[in-house]
Amino acid sequence: MAGVQVANLSRSFGAHTALDDVSIDFADGGFYALLGPSGSGKTTLLRQIAGFDFPDSGRIAIGGESVERVPVEKRRIGMVFQNYALFPNMSVADNVAFGLSVRGEAKATIQSEVQRALDLVQLGKLGARRPHQLSGGQRQRVALARAIVTKPRVLLLDEPLGALDKALRVDMQIELKRIQREIGITTIFVTHDQEEALTMSDRIGILRDGRLVQEGPPEEIYDRPKSEFAATFLGDANILRGETTGTGIRLPDGTAIAAGAGATLAGGATASCAVRPERIRIGTDSGTSDPNANMLRGQVSKRIFAGNNSTYFVDRNGQTIKVTVQNTGVEKLAEGQKVVLRWSPESTVLIAAS
Amino acid sequence: MAGQVATGSRSGLRSALPLLVPAYLWLTVAIFLPLSAMVFFSFMTELPLPGKAWSFTLDNYATFFSQPLYLTLLAASLRLGLEVTLWCIVIGYPAAYVLAKVFRGRSREAIFLLVILPFWSNGLVRIFSWAMVLREGGILDSALNAVLPFNINIDLMYSYPAVIIGLVHSYVPYMVLTCYLTLQAIDDSLIEAGRSLGASRLQMLKRVIIPLSMPGLVAGAALIFVPVVGSFMEPRILGGRTGTFYGTVIEDQFVAVFNWPLGAALSFILLAVVLVILALASPVLKRAA
Ligand SMILES: Nc1ncnc2c1ncn2[C@@H]1O[C@H](COP(=O)(O)OP(=O)(O)OP(=O)(O)O)[C@@H](O)[C@H]1O
Ligand SMILES: [Mg+2]
Repeated sequence: MAGVQVANLSRSFGAHTALDDVSIDFADGGFYALLGPSGSGKTTLLRQIAGFDFPDSGRIAIGGESVERVPVEKRRIGMVFQNYALFPNMSVADNVAFGLSVRGEAKATIQSEVQRALDLVQLGKLGARRPHQLSGGQRQRVALARAIVTKPRVLLLDEPLGALDKALRVDMQIELKRIQREIGITTIFVTHDQEEALTMSDRIGILRDGRLVQEGPPEEIYDRPKSEFAATFLGDANILRGETTGTGIRLPDGTAIAAGAGATLAGGATASCAVRPERIRIGTDSGTSDPNANMLRGQVSKRIFAGNNSTYFVDRNGQTIKVTVQNTGVEKLAEGQKVVLRWSPESTVLIAAS
Repeated sequence: MAGQVATGSRSGLRSALPLLVPAYLWLTVAIFLPLSAMVFFSFMTELPLPGKAWSFTLDNYATFFSQPLYLTLLAASLRLGLEVTLWCIVIGYPAAYVLAKVFRGRSREAIFLLVILPFWSNGLVRIFSWAMVLREGGILDSALNAVLPFNINIDLMYSYPAVIIGLVHSYVPYMVLTCYLTLQAIDDSLIEAGRSLGASRLQMLKRVIIPLSMPGLVAGAALIFVPVVGSFMEPRILGGRTGTFYGTVIEDQFVAVFNWPLGAALSFILLAVVLVILALASPVLKRAA
């Protein structure tokens, strides 16, 4: 096992910069999610680490060893592809055995290692089948077994669950996480599913247009996004823009919003505050509350019911603010009703204008 | 591969039958009728021309077995077929691989055109242009002498190599096309997966790419081997006196000696031999694929 260090990595395709000065430290044994919109460079970054493609500049080290010019077959990595990429001309067992047999391992070793890997992904009995005789979830398990049986230094997965339906996807998330813990392998996981990234990973890196926007543990990115993009891409957020007061902002109409988290900025510049919809309390009364709380008045324009919660769209001076409340079965606000929104400064993140 | 077709449902097969009618009608008219006429001829003493008496006989077939020359020529033709097929694999497979896996977009189309260009030129023109290249004082000879500091004398004309060169040139596009189709269907991520598992390019070729493109290789080999064994034009024009093969002897019976019954009998013996070879080879090839 080994950590992966990526430093100042850049890669262009013609005039298009797919990776722009990206530096990330993937800790040994960690589970890392790369998240970003389509075309943001996630696959490109993964391919540089795998060695399918080479960077224009920058450094890549696996386990402290510099690998920029090492071809993929010498990097000792395990890769899982979105379309599984199983060899159709081989049985499941032969697929899993492939990496060991090209290394010239002894037959007996191969057999026991393959069985162990298949048992680990709970496919111990299906070794004799051909890939086309398996379901999507089973194929992905075979692909995983094939990637880890060679004891690679890192496991790279490019949207491995993208082709599965929702229920199977959740099962496989749990399964993948269990296996990753069990063998303790450094794992880099590309996804565009933010929920998947939040639930599975120790750390998340958010990419946008080839740049690393923010990087850190899921809670940190969720609670203290450093940019409007990070705030709205990972989870949902209300963005209020105004002039900074140093510890908050003043909206164009003069209302002050206090922020308890995020950047500290010099007064006067334009800035924004982000607040999560579930952090806002919504009510009809104006009395009795924490005097420090931020407060805005508005009018309910729409309510969307989603089972365990509801989201209210509240109109305030032309801006829509989303508020999510748990479905307690007690109160329901009608569309058109005048409401008061309150939330604490601690739930408010001050973000510098980008 | 063929097995997958049979997995279609019965009703699907029945509704597809009308679609097959034109093809079978064409096969009946274009192949079955002339072929049965030839079968008929092969058992006759003479062509049924006015004023000539004829009767049924097995002599035409007996001739093949009584004269060792025919067997020798058949063996030479089979060897020719094998050699040409092998050369077509050696030349055509790498070309197909490069075409399918290295080139992209425009350049692929351009090279593809170059490969199938021989298809569109007249067979005789193709062969005579090789004659110009290969003869003494021809294009190859002059070009080599112009480049090399010493004098060499290259006259490949009327030789076995000339026949091979001409035939390979005529038939290599079949191999390129059939292999290209199967190679191009191999997903690039399979190759990347293999390399990420530590396989060298050679190991990938041996264990994944060749097995997966085997149907194309087999189809190409069959498309080449069969007509080459019976070929007569290239051997006659490029081989001269060394170019006597089973196919040229059959041609002689039809156009020179005018012994159609013997020509027909020799053809059917060839057909039988080729079918037996394909039948014997098919289980082996199926296992490899
Ligand atoms: N081989 C290539 N040639 C030219 N451009 C490329 C190549 N590979 C990637 N790109 C470009 O680089 C950018 C980043 O691509 P990449 O595949 O890394 O995106 P991604 O984040 O994985 O997107 P997705 O979520 O859609 O998979 C895209 O604009 C893409 O068009
Ligand atoms: Mg991608």
